Amino acid sequence: MRKVYHKIIQVAGNVITVEAENVAYNDLAEVTSKRGVSLAQVIRLQDNKVYLQVFAGSRGVSTNDEVRFLGKPMQISSSDNLLGRVFNGAGRPRDNRPEITEDLIEIGGPSVNPAKRIIPQRMVRTGIPMIDVFNSLVVSQKIPIFSVAGEPYNDLLARIAMQAEVDIIILGGMGLKYDDYLYFKNTLDEHGALSRSLMFIHTAADPIVECLLVPDVSLAVAESYALEGKDVLVLMTDMTNYSDALKEIAITMEQIPSNRGYPGDLYSQLAARYEKAVDFDDAGSITILAATTMPGDDVTHPVPDNTGYITEGQFYLKNGRIEPFGSLSRLKQQVNDKTRKDHRVIMDTMVRLYADYKSTCEKQSMGFQMTNWDNKLLKYGEMFESRMMDLSVNIPLEEALDLGWKTLAECFDKTETGIKTDFIKEFWPENA
Amino acid sequence: MLDNNRGHIVGINGNMITVRFDTFVTQNEVAFAIIGDKKLKCEVIRVNGNKADLQVFESTSGLKINDVIEFTDNLLSVELGPGLLTMVYDGLQNPLDNLAEESGFFLERGVYMQPLDRETKWEFTPTAKKDDKIKAGDYVGHVPEGIYTHYISFPFSAQGNWTITEIAESGEYTLDDIIGKAENEKGEVLEIKMVQNWPVKIPINAYKEKYLPEDTLITQQRIIDTFFPVAVGGTFCTPGPFGAGKTVLQHAISQHAQTDIVVIAACGERAGEVVEILKEFPHLEDPRTGKTLMERSIIICNTSSMPVAAREASVYTAVTMAEYYRQMGLNTLLLADSTSRWAQALREMSGRLEEIPGEEGFPAYLESLIAGFYERAGLVKLNNGESGSVTIGGSVSPAGGNFEEPVTQATLKVVGAFLGLSRERAEARRFPSIHPLDSWSKYNSIAAPEALETARKTLQRGNEVNQMMKVVGEEGTSIDDFMIYLKSEFIDSVYLQQNTFDSVDGATNEKRQKHMFDKVMNILKTEMKFEDKDSVRKFFMELRQLYIDWNYAKMGSNEFKELEQSIDRKLKESTNA
Ligand SMILES: Nc1ncnc2c1ncn2[C@@H]1O[C@H](COP(=O)(O)OP(=O)(O)O)[C@@H](O)[C@H]1O
Ligand SMILES: [Mg+2]
Repeated sequence: MRKVYHKIIQVAGNVITVEAENVAYNDLAEVTSKRGVSLAQVIRLQDNKVYLQVFAGSRGVSTNDEVRFLGKPMQISSSDNLLGRVFNGAGRPRDNRPEITEDLIEIGGPSVNPAKRIIPQRMVRTGIPMIDVFNSLVVSQKIPIFSVAGEPYNDLLARIAMQAEVDIIILGGMGLKYDDYLYFKNTLDEHGALSRSLMFIHTAADPIVECLLVPDVSLAVAESYALEGKDVLVLMTDMTNYSDALKEIAITMEQIPSNRGYPGDLYSQLAARYEKAVDFDDAGSITILAATTMPGDDVTHPVPDNTGYITEGQFYLKNGRIEPFGSLSRLKQQVNDKTRKDHRVIMDTMVRLYADYKSTCEKQSMGFQMTNWDNKLLKYGEMFESRMMDLSVNIPLEEALDLGWKTLAECFDKTETGIKTDFIKEFWPENA
Repeated sequence: MLDNNRGHIVGINGNMITVRFDTFVTQNEVAFAIIGDKKLKCEVIRVNGNKADLQVFESTSGLKINDVIEFTDNLLSVELGPGLLTMVYDGLQNPLDNLAEESGFFLERGVYMQPLDRETKWEFTPTAKKDDKIKAGDYVGHVPEGIYTHYISFPFSAQGNWTITEIAESGEYTLDDIIGKAENEKGEVLEIKMVQNWPVKIPINAYKEKYLPEDTLITQQRIIDTFFPVAVGGTFCTPGPFGAGKTVLQHAISQHAQTDIVVIAACGERAGEVVEILKEFPHLEDPRTGKTLMERSIIICNTSSMPVAAREASVYTAVTMAEYYRQMGLNTLLLADSTSRWAQALREMSGRLEEIPGEEGFPAYLESLIAGFYERAGLVKLNNGESGSVTIGGSVSPAGGNFEEPVTQATLKVVGAFLGLSRERAEARRFPSIHPLDSWSKYNSIAAPEALETARKTLQRGNEVNQMMKVVGEEGTSIDDFMIYLKSEFIDSVYLQQNTFDSVDGATNEKRQKHMFDKVMNILKTEMKFEDKDSVRKFFMELRQLYIDWNYAKMGSNEFKELEQSIDRKLKESTNA
């Protein structure tokens, strides 16, 4: 390793500048300051000036401090020994156990050749009717939970992770509250899943630059496991914190903002990460479930907006429930014709009637007269909410479909549901 | 051209490098950054003194100050020749299937492959003869390419008048074989091959003149062909928020549009969506030719995680190929999903160049670039008097779904048809979610103008009544108004809405559309006598059910005829109630 040290000539935001030669773009350096040693990455080269983004932040960095270039870009171990461990965004252990340096791989690798992708078709069963019945989750899907802060999105992530039959779970925490981190850890422990999990955790108290590394290290490790044939589930929470970190860095770098201060490449940055989701032919897969909190419950905010353009749908969590409107699984049609033949019928009919229920509610609130039909809808809507939408419901898909028929039969006559006759004959419960 | 026109890197910022050059550079020329045994493709985008800014089409990771740059003196170009059809390329015309064979799962940087196969022999028939006078864009011969006769043009880049001095006999040749020679007055000799290069950012204009587009391009989507038509050689855009159905609509058009060639530019969006095309097109039959859809398609695929600079190039690569087939007298359709991603790529680069930003950070020249791109569409009269066309349809992904943003606005200024997709309609599952009141088209519909006007009025009035009903309730609405509302809902649900995923309803040809539209108009014009709202509502529900069933019946089948009779009978009920 080279032992050349360089003097810092400028400090701005989390970026320091040194004069050095023969430095490669994206390479790492070590910055030694009073606060200890931090990694830093080359983000710009200009003649003999090298701009470095300091992972631990520039606070306390002095012009006397020394910078040593490592001659390599950011790497992370992809060893199986990572399992059961907890790291920070820079890949350093957070659990007081030894560092792992074997099987190093680079982060942020090239994208998968579209010609080598396959059409996803394996359903992930979650036991949550709003997902399994109405917006099925599919292996290799990338899908966020859109929610306002305060909704139980982390609980939902953890629950899906526990229910999904995957080989490995990787949790990428960004700006995570310490309590939430402990919650994830305990949940994995309770379900005996710790030994097939690993975590890259950046908490709200950690340096912002490390937040930016979390998706890359998580996905690089996921990719190497997937190439070995493992089905990997990556949980990323909260991607809005990640985007805000991008915004902060962009502003200190004096980049021209595009929309509400976010950098113009927010879309490309998010896409580069989400597109790592993949189902490899003859190997494993990466499924990405993320949390995206929406400031002010506003889907048009740049973070959810750019996310929605990238991901394969979204689960819209509101008032502790997954809303049927605003939620979408763009991959559901790949799988929901291969489950049970009444799956799509129940999906379409129940949502349509729930929409009718919603307009009846509106009419009711305007003080218009309730007809017989309106009253049926009111009964149905409440049942739908408690039997299907309530997040405490945890039943297999088939049971949920049966419950769907039962609910319809309890509320309506056969002919009122608009269901094709052959399905009524086969599935309508007679003794309801 | 200099063999070793070189430069050295003096700055690196993301995918932009600044290079000090030794001799000269040309704006938009291709250069390569040398890194180990790899060469990374770049394009000169700004020159200042003896320094040039280059955008790199790959990750710049590992490049250093003083690394060598090789300039090529060639503008960013694509290869044009037989064999383009059925191909899947990235934004720089790298064949993705071949790359997969070479490098496996990932797109390794610095790997470039020949876009067109050099081994294949093509059955060439000359049409030009020795001593023929010839100029750019004239045909020298043709080869069969799948379902089409692929005309080999005299190079589009040839200036002035030439005389053929040699021409190959009929026979099998590869793309590298010289199939003819020509000489000009200055005594310069030009070798003719079946492949030629063309710089993507310059339109191919080796034709006589541009015509005004007139004929309707049949997309088989009723709301488009009847209400907001696209013209052969025209332009249209489909802006809409995420999830509104832009991609599904483009896929439907790419399958059902009555055009010879379709070039699909998957520009900066999800890779998974292209995969569906890649896997399905080879198995879907094109009813016009009886062959698979793949045989009339070229797919340019530079999805969101692929290099951003190549995304910018991809739309130009695509339109150049569309222009190339237009030169053969074919009608080509270019579908780009999404042009916003291309604009964003421009914005990213403009930011690195530290240009003064316009609205929302987009560069000030965004508008002229968008205009220049759509300007490449058109119906043209070729040198031989025949015509060919390029039609361009671009989806737009406005931030927050708000059409008042720079890309949508710049696009609306130049296109001939605006098909605005609405979130409300998508959420109400009214697909295709093109908004029937906000959208417009300057082109000719397949329906008669008067009938169209009546239908439009009904939709408008129906909407007004609906708004009013929300305030005064059904109780406070007159039966006549209520009937107008039901009529507008009827057109919407049986004609504007169409089930894309149904094999019959998903595509309605011109003849059927006209027939069905007449039927709808007949219903609109019918003076109906009803006593109360419940009976009108019931009548329309039943009529709608019959009509929807009719939509699903194959034209000409018994079922089709029977349902039509049922509809007519049902309609009679309304007049003698
Ligand atoms: N014509 C249609 N028929 C039925 N469903 C549709 C249709 N168009 C879109 N959808 C639904 O909406 C989803 C999003 O459509 P898509 O075209 O991907 O939207 P966009 O490209 O505007 O983001 C699809 O996955 C599908 O579920
Ligand atoms: Mg889309």
